[in-house]
Amino acid sequence: MAGIMKISAAEIKCDEEVDNNIYRFERAKKEREKEESENMAGLMAGFGHYTHAVVRGIPASLAKEALRTSQAEVDLTRARTEHEAYVEVLRTRLGLEVVELPADESLPDCVFVEDAAVVCGETALITRPGAESRRRETEVMKEALKDLNLNIVEMTDENATLDGGDVLFTGREFFVGLSKRTNQRGAEILADAFKDYAVSTVPVLEGLHLKSFCSMGGPGLIIIGSSEPAQKALKIMQQMSDHRYDKLTVPDDIAANCVYMNLPNKGHVLLHCTAEEFPESVKVFEKLKDHMLIPVSNMEKVKVDGALTCCSVLISKNPNI
Amino acid sequence: MSGGFRFFAPLKTQDSEAKQPQAKKEAEKGKSKAAADPASPQNQPEQLPAAVGHSTPARKEQEQQEEDQESHRSSTSRLSRSPLRGVKKVKMMQCKITLLDGSDYSVNVEKRAKGQVLLDKVCEYLNLLEKDYFGITYRDIESQKNWLDPSKELKKQIRNGPWNFSFNVKFYPPDPSQLCEDITRYYLCLQLRDDVVSGRLPCSFATHTLLGSYTVQSELGDYDLEELGSDYISEIRFAPNQTKELEEKVMELHKTYKGMTPAVAEIHFLENAKKLSMYGVDLHHAKDSEGVEIMLGVCASGLLIYRDRLRINRFAWPKILKISYKRNNFYIKIRPGEFEQFESTIGFKLPNHRAAKRLWKVCVEHHTFFRLVSPEAPPKKFLSLGSKFRYSGRTQAQTRSASAQIARPAPLFERSSSKRYNMSRSLDGAPITENHETPVKGNATDGAPKVIAKEDIITTVTTERKAEEENAEREDAQEVAAETDATTPLRHDTKDSEPPPEVVKHQTNISELKRSFLETGSNGGGGAPGLTEWEKRLSSSPLRSPRADEDPMIEPLELQDAKDEQTEQEAGPKDTVAAVGYLVKYVADSVVTDGATSSGPHGISLSTTMDDDVFVDGTLREEAGGKTQDSQEEEEEASDKSATKLSPGAVRQEVSQAISDKKGTLIIFKQAENKEDEETSKKEGLVDRAESETDGNKEQKRQASLKAEIKHGDVSQIRGVDSPKKAMASWISEEKVESSEVVSVFTKELKELKTLDEPQQKAEGIQPKSSPTHVTVSASLAVSAPGWVSPSHKVSADQEKAVVVTENEAESAKPKAPDGVEVAAKDVPVVHTETKTITYESAEVDTNGDADPGVLLSAQTITSETTSTTTTTHITKTVKGGISETRIEKRIVITGDADIDHDEALAQAIKEAKEQHPDMSVTKVVVHKETEITPEEGED
Repeated sequence: MAGIMKISAAEIKCDEEVDNNIYRFERAKKEREKEESENMAGLMAGFGHYTHAVVRGIPASLAKEALRTSQAEVDLTRARTEHEAYVEVLRTRLGLEVVELPADESLPDCVFVEDAAVVCGETALITRPGAESRRRETEVMKEALKDLNLNIVEMTDENATLDGGDVLFTGREFFVGLSKRTNQRGAEILADAFKDYAVSTVPVLEGLHLKSFCSMGGPGLIIIGSSEPAQKALKIMQQMSDHRYDKLTVPDDIAANCVYMNLPNKGHVLLHCTAEEFPESVKVFEKLKDHMLIPVSNMEKVKVDGALTCCSVLISKNPNI
Repeated sequence: MSGGFRFFAPLKTQDSEAKQPQAKKEAEKGKSKAAADPASPQNQPEQLPAAVGHSTPARKEQEQQEEDQESHRSSTSRLSRSPLRGVKKVKMMQCKITLLDGSDYSVNVEKRAKGQVLLDKVCEYLNLLEKDYFGITYRDIESQKNWLDPSKELKKQIRNGPWNFSFNVKFYPPDPSQLCEDITRYYLCLQLRDDVVSGRLPCSFATHTLLGSYTVQSELGDYDLEELGSDYISEIRFAPNQTKELEEKVMELHKTYKGMTPAVAEIHFLENAKKLSMYGVDLHHAKDSEGVEIMLGVCASGLLIYRDRLRINRFAWPKILKISYKRNNFYIKIRPGEFEQFESTIGFKLPNHRAAKRLWKVCVEHHTFFRLVSPEAPPKKFLSLGSKFRYSGRTQAQTRSASAQIARPAPLFERSSSKRYNMSRSLDGAPITENHETPVKGNATDGAPKVIAKEDIITTVTTERKAEEENAEREDAQEVAAETDATTPLRHDTKDSEPPPEVVKHQTNISELKRSFLETGSNGGGGAPGLTEWEKRLSSSPLRSPRADEDPMIEPLELQDAKDEQTEQEAGPKDTVAAVGYLVKYVADSVVTDGATSSGPHGISLSTTMDDDVFVDGTLREEAGGKTQDSQEEEEEASDKSATKLSPGAVRQEVSQAISDKKGTLIIFKQAENKEDEETSKKEGLVDRAESETDGNKEQKRQASLKAEIKHGDVSQIRGVDSPKKAMASWISEEKVESSEVVSVFTKELKELKTLDEPQQKAEGIQPKSSPTHVTVSASLAVSAPGWVSPSHKVSADQEKAVVVTENEAESAKPKAPDGVEVAAKDVPVVHTETKTITYESAEVDTNGDADPGVLLSAQTITSETTSTTTTTHITKTVKGGISETRIEKRIVITGDADIDHDEALAQAIKEAKEQHPDMSVTKVVVHKETEITPEEGED
C-alpha cells in the first residue's frame, strides 16, 4: 500500500499546479482507506475480488477481419500464444475458475469478451456492441453467464449500443465512455441495470474505448495514460465523482489498461504490459510495491485494439448471497 | 404589466425626541398593519395613504408586520411593543403530522406559530434530540412538497392549505455512524425505507434483499419460524416491486442474523444505504438550455445533473460560485476549471417559478448545512421579507458537536412495525412488535411514540442539552462575527449611483481591476447577475500587490481562503467579538430585508437576487469552511501567518474584494471616484445618510466586520479616518496609507454600539416578531459619501437595465420635487424587468460631522399597509455631543398596475411626509422603480 501512496503523492504535486481542488487528493488517501475498510462489509464488498473469468478463443479470422484502427498485420500464432499465456495466468497463477468459450470464425473480434458483457456483483448486463459485426458475440456470453447463475439483463433497445470496454467500474461507481461504440442510451440501460451505483458519462474523443487509456489499479486508484485526451477524461471523471481517487499516470495510454484483482492470499494483483512493449510505463508500475505485478504480453492483440482487460470478463461469485 | 414603486423619505430633525411616544397608542390600535408615525402623533395611518389609490396586489410584505425589537432603554421602547400584533387571544390550530412510521400525530399550535415550534413539538414527541437532520414538509397548492421554514409562521407558508404536514429527513448524514443516538438512526432508517419503497432511492435486487433483511431484523428481531410463521416477511415492504424471490432472499439473510440487536441491524442498514448513489439526493425536474429533460439533484456534496439515470454532470459546492433563480430559471455560476478561463453560468429551466425557488432554497440549505461551519445568519434572529431566505438551523458541524454532548441515557424506544411499509393485509403489526423488546440499553423508558394523535406531550430537554444549545448558539454568534467580512460586500452594490459613463471612464483607469470586470460583463449574458469570481477578485485587487509576483490565479485563492479561515478562528473565541458579530450580522440581515422589501410583490427578480447574494457569500465563505475541514495543514499555515493576515492591508483587500464581488464594475469605480472627491474634504462633512439607507447599513456592517478583524490584529497601527466608504474608495485606488487608518474609528464606534445594542438584542430574542431595525444601529454611525442607490440596483447588473441618476445637492435642505423623477418605461427585451433608481439627497452638513458616533437612545420601526402601499417608518434617536437627533426613514412601497401615476404618488408621498413632520427636513428621497412585465406570483 505504501507504494501507492508514494506515487500518488507525486501525482498530487502535479495536480497542485493545475488544479484548484487539490485538497480532494489530499483527502483521498484517508477516505480511501476508510472506504476500503467499509467495503469489507456489505454492498461493495471486496473490489477486485474475483472468482471466475470468462474468456474466449481467437478465431483465425481475427488476423484479417478483426476491426482495427491501424493497419497492422497480426501474427495469428503469436496472438494465440499470447492469449494462452494470459488465460494461464488467470487460471493457474491466480487460481480463477476460467470459463473458456470457443472461438467463432464468423466473429473475428470474439476474443474480446469484455465488450459483450458487464458484470457487477450478481448482475450481468449483456451489451449491444457498437460494431454491428460484433453483435452476435453476446449470444454465447449470455449463456455462459447464465450458467454462472448471474442475473442477466439484456440490452434489447435497438437504439442502444454499449461496449464493455467503455465501462470503467471503480468499485464505487461506473464511468461510461461515450465513444464510437457506446451511446447515451446504452449508458442509460447500464445505469438501470446497476441501480446502486452512480453512472457518469465521459466523452471519449480519441481512442476506441474509455478503457483504451485507463483502468483501475486498486481500490480508489485509477491508472491513466498521459495523453491529453486521457488526462482530460480523468478530469471529467474527477469532477463527476463524489469519491476521491488517486491516479497513477503512465507514459503510454495503452499501458494504462491493466487488470486489477484483489485475491485472497495474494492481495493486490496487477496484470500489466511487458517491459518489452512499454518500458517506461513498466517502470511506473514497478513502483507499486504492494502489488503482485504480473507482466502479460499483449503485442499482437493490441494491433486490433485489444487491451488486457478486453480479453476476459471477471466475475465474483459471492458466497454470501 | 405592473409596477412596484417605492421611495424612501428619510426625515430628520433635531431634538424632536419628545414627540415620539404618543404615537404608539394609535399605532397599537392599528393592529397588524398600522402606519404609525411616532414623530407626529396627529398622523394616523389613514393619513399616510401616499398611494391609497393604487390597486394593491394581494401580497403584502409579510414580515413587515413583524414587530420591532427595541432597546429597553429609551422612552420609545414602549412604543415598540407590538403595535402590530394582537397578543391577546391566541388561536390554536391543530396540525396533523405524518410521521416516518406512517402514523399521524396531531398537535395544537398557535395559529401564528413558526415552523420551528412544530418541528420542536414533533421531535419532542419522538424523543429525538438530533433533530437538525430532520424537517417538516407540507404540500403546496400544486401538491409539491415544500420544507417548512422554521423561522416563518406556519400559516404564511401553508397559506390556505390544510394544516397537514410530514416529518422527514431533510439532510441525510453522509456518515450515519456518526450520529450520536440510535434513535436518530432509527428514524433515518424509517425515512430510507420509505425512500426505497417509493423508488426514490433506487437499488439493485441484492441491495433490496440486504436492506430488507436488516429491516426485518431490526423490527422483528431474530428469525423464529414458530413465532413469525413462514409468511411473516411478505407483510413488510422492501421494494417498489416486491417479488417472492426477494422475500425468500430476505428471509435467507434474516436467518443469519441471530442475536443481532435492532440498533446494530440499523447500523448495517445505513452503512449499505449510504453508499447508494441516490442516497440523500433531492431530485428536481428541469430542462437544460436546449430543452432536454434532466434532473437536478441536490446533495451533501453539491449539485448533480442527471439525464435519465445517468449522471451527466456534477458541481461540487466548492465549484459553484453562485446560485440564483429568476422566474422559472435556475442558474449556477461555475468557478473556472483547468480548461476554462472564465467562470460560466449555467441555466436550467424549472417547471415554474415555485419550483425554481424551491430548488434554490434546497441548495442554500444543503450548502449551508454541509459545507459551512455555521449558518450565515444566527437562528431566530432575523426575519425574512419576501423571498429572502437562508438556512438558519444548525449546520452539520454544529449539530455534531452539539450531539456529542448528549448526556442522556440512550432512550429506549419501540420500533413499531411501521404501518407505512406493511402490505395492506398486515394486521397492524401488533404481534410483531413484541419481539424486540430486548432493551439494548435499558435504563430509561421513553414515551415511545406509539400513540397516534396524542397531544401536549411534554418532554423535557435535559439541562445539559440546553446548555449545549446555548453554547452552540454562542458559537454561531462568534462565527458570524468572523463571517461578516464575507457577507458584507453584497449590500455594497447598492451604492452605485454613478452614471454609467463616468464609471466606464474610471474603469479604463484601473487596469488591474478591469480584467475581472470585463469578464463579468462578458458573461453577463448568462443571466445571473454578474459577480466577479473569487480568485479573480483576489488577483485583480490592487491590494494584493505585496504578492504581485505570485501566480494570480491560483495561489491567491488559497491564501485568501486561509485568511478567511484564520480570521474566523481569531474572531471566534472572544466574547466581545461575538457580541459585535451578532450586531453586525443583524444589521446585515436587515439590509437584506430591505432589499426584499424594495422588490415588492412584483420584484421577484430583485428579491431573488438579493437572496442570491446572501448565498453567494456563503459560497465564498465555503472556501474557508471547506478548507477547515479539508486541509488542516493549510489552516495551520494560515495561522502562522496571522500577523500578515490581520494587517489592515489584508482587511482592506478583503473589503475591496468584497466590493468588487458584490458590485461589479460600476460600483467599484464609482467608489474610486468618491474617494477622490472626499480626499479633500476628508474628516469633515460627513453626509450622514447612513441611517435611513440600506447602503448605510452596508457600510456599517463593513465597518463592523473590519473592526472584528482588526481587533485581533494590530490596532495600534491604525489611525482613525472618516468613513468606511472613503476607506474603501482609497483602497481601491491603491491609497494604502489611508485605508490603514480607517479602521480604528469603527472599533470605537462599535464598542459603543455594542453596549447599546446588546440589551436590544435580547429584546429581540424575546419578541419573536420583529421587523428590521437596522436603523437602530446605523443611526449611530455617520458614514460619509454622497450618492447612493437603492439596494435593488445591483439586480440590474446583468440582465436588467438600470438607469441611475444621482444628484447630490450641496446644502439643499429641501428634497427635490417629484418632477425630477423620470419614470421612463424602458423596454428591455430580454428580461422584462426594469429597475430604476433615482436618488435625491441634500448633502446635509451634519451637526455631528465629526466622528462622534453618538449614543443611540431608541429606535423603532412601524409598518403600515394600505391597499396599495406599504409604509415602513424607521425612527431612531441618538444623542451626539449633547444634541439629540431623531431620524425618520419612511419607506413606501407603492405597488400597482402600470397605469398608476407613480410620479403623482411619489409627489403625494413626499408631500405627506413633509406635512407629517413639519419640523423636520427631508434629506433624501430615493426612488426605486421596478417594473416587471410578467408579474410572478409571490414566493412563500
